[in-house]
Amino acid sequence: MNIFELTGLIFLGSLIAGFLGSLTGLGGGVVVVPLLTLAFGVDIRYAIGASLVSVIATSSGAAAAYVREGFSNIRVGMFLEIATTIGAIAGAVVAAYLKLSWIAITFGLVLLYSAYESVRSRTDLRGPSQPDRIASLLRLDGTFPTSQGIQSYHVTNVPAGFGLMFTAGVLSGVLGIGSGAVKVLAMDRAMKLPFKVSTTTSNFMIGVTAAASAGVYLNRGYIDPGLAMPVMLGVLGGSLTGARLLAGAKVKVLRIVFSTVVALLGLEMIFNGFVGKFVQ
Amino acid sequence: MNAPASPRLMSDKRAEEIIGILLRTGVTVAAVVVFAAAIPYLMQHGSAKPDYHIFRGEPNQLRHISGILKASMALDPAAIIQLGLLILIATPVARVAFSVIAFAEERDWMYVIVTLIVLALLLYSLSATNL
Repeated sequence: MNIFELTGLIFLGSLIAGFLGSLTGLGGGVVVVPLLTLAFGVDIRYAIGASLVSVIATSSGAAAAYVREGFSNIRVGMFLEIATTIGAIAGAVVAAYLKLSWIAITFGLVLLYSAYESVRSRTDLRGPSQPDRIASLLRLDGTFPTSQGIQSYHVTNVPAGFGLMFTAGVLSGVLGIGSGAVKVLAMDRAMKLPFKVSTTTSNFMIGVTAAASAGVYLNRGYIDPGLAMPVMLGVLGGSLTGARLLAGAKVKVLRIVFSTVVALLGLEMIFNGFVGKFVQ
Repeated sequence: MNAPASPRLMSDKRAEEIIGILLRTGVTVAAVVVFAAAIPYLMQHGSAKPDYHIFRGEPNQLRHISGILKASMALDPAAIIQLGLLILIATPVARVAFSVIAFAEERDWMYVIVTLIVLALLLYSLSATNL
């Protein structure tokens, strides 16, 4: 197989990954690294570099569509981005010193968690009725449109959310993913944001977090143009198509199927990590 | 909209619209540049044997902004792809930079500082060569 053929195959695989990722809400980035390493034998460092680039592309593309709807909370997003960008830079720096097999095993565990998180049913936890001291100080409380008009909400547990966001940033820097599942966990369950708000705000933040690690990866020579090119174009094309189809699509079955695939990929990453496939 | 429109809400809304346009433009320009360079890149390297399983790291000129710009001027397809990726990485950075202006317009100085911290971290990660 020459580079031309391999580029075509990687483009197709990324197209499908982006398509399913946006239809199911898991994001295309989570399967790019397993796809490149397990199916095409790409070194995991190149794979992570290419994945980061595709994460920025899909996040920015999707955020452009979301911001108009008025769900995302820019203050919450911007404040927490301090935690995610510090985490992302730290993660990208630390990644250079980690054993590749550890990275693969961590990756597998995050895949398993993401799969679980996406099939778990999400219900809006009742937010606090009283304003929180830190949240008020930072003016994090907000409003969002519902069918009954504009509704306001309070934000709580800011330090816990900030800490979880740092973790999300570290994972993003080490693994080259958006860490959407951890971000939603921080905002949804710790800070008690309504889930429409946490999902769109998370999407908004993913691009900034990934850009912080991408800078480090680029400087270190982990971003290969020949590899990043088909991955970025494929994932972007697939996710834009998926987003267009999303309106009115019944995705429940698809989400269970894709989550199962993600979970199996997670297990395979862990297995390969343990048997030493990721050693150089 | 039937809600009482406070000036802050309206201003947020306008800022969000501009951010939407900014993000879409950045991604589109990046994708067009990468795609345009993909064709000559594959003509140049397409028939070679891939060796992505061996990690070497990119040559120095494809790692830094100045090197990428210089090699792009010389019409090196790999460098032009890298330039497209650089535009993509710069898109969220530009979004954060714009937010600084938007918060300043609202005289929300606390968030001007918050956003400047994020911007500084991003610029640091892009320019620091020894991390």
